[in-house]
Amino acid sequence: MQTDKRKKWRVFGLIFPSLFWLVVFFAIPLVLVLAMSFGERGTYGGVEWNLNLENFARFFDFSDPLYLRIFGRTLYIAAITTVVSFLIGYPMAFWIASQPEKRRNSLLMMLMLPFWTNFLVRTYAWILILRDQGVINTIWVGHIHNAALWLENTLPWLPLEGFVQVTANPLPLFGTTLAIVIGLVYGWLPDMVLPCYAAIERFDGSLVEAAQDLYANRMQAFIRVIFPLTLPGVIAGSILVFIPSLGAYVTPDLLGGAKSVMIGNVIYSQFMSARDYPFGATISFVLMALMLAGTLFYFRFTVAGQKGEPNHG
Amino acid sequence: MASRLNQKPLKIPLRLKIGRYALTAHGLMSYFFLYAPIIILIIFSFNASKFVTGSWHGFTLEWYKKLFVDEAIGAALRNSLYVSLIATFISTIFGTMVSLAMERYDFWGKLPFDALLYLPIIIPDIAMAVMLLLFFVMVKMPLGRLTIIISHIAFDISFVAIVVRARLAQFDDALEEAAQDLYANNWKTFRYVTFPLLLPGILAGALLAFTLSLDDFVITFFTSGPGATTLPLRIYSLVKLGVTPEINALSAVMLMASFVFVVISFSLQKGGNGKVDLV
Repeated sequence: MQTDKRKKWRVFGLIFPSLFWLVVFFAIPLVLVLAMSFGERGTYGGVEWNLNLENFARFFDFSDPLYLRIFGRTLYIAAITTVVSFLIGYPMAFWIASQPEKRRNSLLMMLMLPFWTNFLVRTYAWILILRDQGVINTIWVGHIHNAALWLENTLPWLPLEGFVQVTANPLPLFGTTLAIVIGLVYGWLPDMVLPCYAAIERFDGSLVEAAQDLYANRMQAFIRVIFPLTLPGVIAGSILVFIPSLGAYVTPDLLGGAKSVMIGNVIYSQFMSARDYPFGATISFVLMALMLAGTLFYFRFTVAGQKGEPNHG
Repeated sequence: MASRLNQKPLKIPLRLKIGRYALTAHGLMSYFFLYAPIIILIIFSFNASKFVTGSWHGFTLEWYKKLFVDEAIGAALRNSLYVSLIATFISTIFGTMVSLAMERYDFWGKLPFDALLYLPIIIPDIAMAVMLLLFFVMVKMPLGRLTIIISHIAFDISFVAIVVRARLAQFDDALEEAAQDLYANNWKTFRYVTFPLLLPGILAGALLAFTLSLDDFVITFFTSGPGATTLPLRIYSLVKLGVTPEINALSAVMLMASFVFVVISFSLQKGGNGKVDLV
């Protein structure tokens, strides 16, 4: 009895600091935001606690879909980012897995190295590349345009007029949705590659031989054996890319333009410029609900995947 | 996310040379995609042109010299280190304690507490930033270094706990039992057996917390007040004003500092268990 009681106190002592911190500085603020999303903006920027669904009606207003459109665009950008990350990341994971062990280790480390550097700095690097006076456009307007002009003069019979005109102006890269997608893929690619790699690396190569014994060609072996068995990794990676892309703030803020605002920027402006805390809380509520759904899906899939069952569906 | 490596490389069912070449080309290009922006950034931090353009105007160290005498950046760096060190210290202790409880004992309410422990990792930065800002405004706490530290601890605990718990899960209980068979009491068992074996995990957790703290922008942005500008906040406001060679130099310094830091942390972990754990 004595030791039992002491054990209880020991557990409590070990947990208490974190429990206290997470309740006071995480759970209570979380509940506060959820509650506030049903409140109203006060006259002087504060909050009026007469709870209603006005803010949600404003967000999901189909007659004036200002916020819904931004929400839709955010989902679209996050989805494109996920697909592009998969198209780059899956073959990359495959390639890494096919290397000898020593090289595989260094490749994995090289994959993680940029991931550990400051996100802001990495995003800033893309400004240098994509903007009108950036690296790509300096080459485009400078060298490629000059080459086109030279070609047009020396070989006048080539139909180059259109190309010369196009290269005269910088490519519209910076401040576009494309720039945001590039920035997000760059930021989260390792999150796609690692789970794919883990799944591919665990994959039992003899299954391919078995498939080939059954007269499957390489394509069939890939589509019907390798890909389905590594699908849990792909799903895990997709969610790890999709979720942070949904909540992106820095990337659209630095690389996007006025026409490519994402939901994170709207939350920011509600809090920092419009001072409409309740509406900002409402948008955060919607965002968090989506994340939570994605995360539950993720756990369902990865837990099922770890049990070694191939997952269909 | 710990990844254990197989002995043999994967046999790919690609017998066509072309397929293998295409895969290799894709792999190399992907790494080019990862490193080109970083290399470009570093190169341009040495560019002599006053305006940042895509063309080369000769080598200079001027921007680095300017950087090292910039008072605002110095202050931001001090703030960053102050905040990150305190947040790391506290969250490492709390995170290690909670890991021991979670991995060793069963108790009432363990499952919901586990969920609470994971939530700060899952929730998007912007949502956590908003929550904390609202909370600090409601309780009328002045925004500044203290609120940044509090917020950083709130997300650091979870990351430390993940890393330390992973280490504890691989732990061989027999070693502790052996110590107790040799009449070591609980404290001695912890001091001389559990803690030394756990140390690499704790250090890895602390390094992760430190990196996350040092790099955090969004949460710091929302919970900081006047006079509490950290390095990422400083960079952000500089970038917002326009691209300058000084930002290039500052970014390059930060990149190289993280590289050194990561290499140290990887070799620390390697020394710990002979394997590279990717977090």
